Amino acid sequence: MDSIFTVSIFQSALELGCIYALVALALFISFTILNIADLTTDGCFTLGCAVGAMFTAAGHPLLALVMALVTGALAGFLTALLQTKFGVESILAGIIVNTGLYTINLMVMGFSSLVNLFGCDTVFSLGKDLLGDTFIGGWYKVAMVAAIVIIIALALWWFLGTTLGMSIRATGDNAEMVKSSSINPTFTITVGLCLANSLTGLSGALIAQYQKSADINIGTGMVTIALASLIIGQTLIGNKGSMSRRIFGTILGSVLYRFIVAIALRMSVPAEALKLVSAIIVAVAIATPYVRKKVALKKRQYANYQRNRQEVKKNA
Amino acid sequence: MLRLDNISKTFNPGTVNEKAALTKLSLELKDGDFATIVGSNGAGKSTMFNAIAGTFIVDEGNIYLDDEDITFKKEHVRSRYIGHLFQDPLKGTAPNMTIEENMALAYLRASRASSKLFSRISAKDKDRFRQQLQLLGMGLEDRMKQPVGLLSGGQRQALTLLMATFVTPKLLLLDEHTAALDPATAEKVLELTKSIVAERGITCLMVTHNMHQALEVGNRTLMMNAGRIVFDTQGEERAKLTVQDLLEKFRAGAGEELDNDRVLLS
Repeated sequence: MDSIFTVSIFQSALELGCIYALVALALFISFTILNIADLTTDGCFTLGCAVGAMFTAAGHPLLALVMALVTGALAGFLTALLQTKFGVESILAGIIVNTGLYTINLMVMGFSSLVNLFGCDTVFSLGKDLLGDTFIGGWYKVAMVAAIVIIIALALWWFLGTTLGMSIRATGDNAEMVKSSSINPTFTITVGLCLANSLTGLSGALIAQYQKSADINIGTGMVTIALASLIIGQTLIGNKGSMSRRIFGTILGSVLYRFIVAIALRMSVPAEALKLVSAIIVAVAIATPYVRKKVALKKRQYANYQRNRQEVKKNA
Repeated sequence: MLRLDNISKTFNPGTVNEKAALTKLSLELKDGDFATIVGSNGAGKSTMFNAIAGTFIVDEGNIYLDDEDITFKKEHVRSRYIGHLFQDPLKGTAPNMTIEENMALAYLRASRASSKLFSRISAKDKDRFRQQLQLLGMGLEDRMKQPVGLLSGGQRQALTLLMATFVTPKLLLLDEHTAALDPATAEKVLELTKSIVAERGITCLMVTHNMHQALEVGNRTLMMNAGRIVFDTQGEERAKLTVQDLLEKFRAGAGEELDNDRVLLS
């Protein structure tokens, strides 16, 4: 019997886990820290993918990453603008921008729903030229994406400890207190959402280069997948400890999620079913603590009922 | 120092829930004034504080602080020079952030330089925070890395007071800030308040339901009813006033039975 894990599956799960970890980190910023359900994510991921693909196709794989980062931040800026300056409910603001982005993304891709990058230079092909012959060998992609994630995680950790970063954290923790500490919540929400969506955009561009194509529907369900990663990480590492721990947990969650997907694929779950699987993972993970509490209460209730009945019998 | 000029605020105008919370209220505070405010529930005490702090913009009238018109200034701008403490000790601090992080945010009011946006808490900051925390005598200086959510209500309120006065505010608003604490802790927080306010000469407004406090603390006593100030006393007149007198005034001013046992019992 084949073992469930082959080295190549392990490798690609690591690679994808690291790339998608950026989206999980984006949700860590918007959902966990700012306490805002930012639904820009799906469209923003595709935007990063589309922008990344077009610049890569034009022969600028590195500029592609930068541009994806910038356009992602712009998308986040729009969402923030709608909710802070125009009184649009935060969830709705994300949905509106997300919907609008579909057309923008098509425009970016030249009104084609698929862009192929075969034969184009990507950061991965450049990395292969650079690292392929060293001791890293076939692991060059893992080394590259891991390096990117580590650099971003360190930068994020550093940033969240700065005055601005702390102000953003406080905005999600106690908005009242933020205003009375002379911090402008409009500013902190805007910076937070720009930062989160720039990471999502970067992740999209990396995926475009990784799979050498961009597809208009690639972002669909991305927010659920990232949320699943976030929750897996929080379940394992906990949601309380220090910032570095929580950032590490988020990345770990993303990598583990990709392992789960890889195992599912090995066990011949069809690829089309994956979105359902992620939706179930998120629903179960979020519901479990609540249901567990309920069940414990019901158990106590039942025990209490039994005890009362026995006492009535005894007294009778 | 602080001047409220005929400010009015009506909540839910045009509905059955319409409530005129402030009706042409005027008040002038001198530099260094420490005024206590009494008044039954719904008299408009907290609404006046929120109007000063900028939680909402008043419908009519103007607010001046040090001769500057701040009527339309936003809350986070006003908070640079106005400190605001609430009855609920949970309101003034971020529970999932550590004590030192909360203090660092409070310290933001000191400097508006954008270069500070990307600075982290330095060893010097920590020393400064530790010294401040020692003043509380609650042992918080040894728990600076702990999230504020782990502190008791009294500790959190004391910390909030420290944070609000860390950078000396022009005006300090205390909205029954000891009412949710146990008697011993309330006493401690009040003593701390008095010493900080006296030491730095902060102009201060304090809402209380305790008539003794209303007469003993500070240099001026105000009474509110139906959205305006109905009684204002200081100096010799105030010194002669007894709790009984104040209660009578309360009745006369309110024109109704006292609805609040806490007022009578205290």
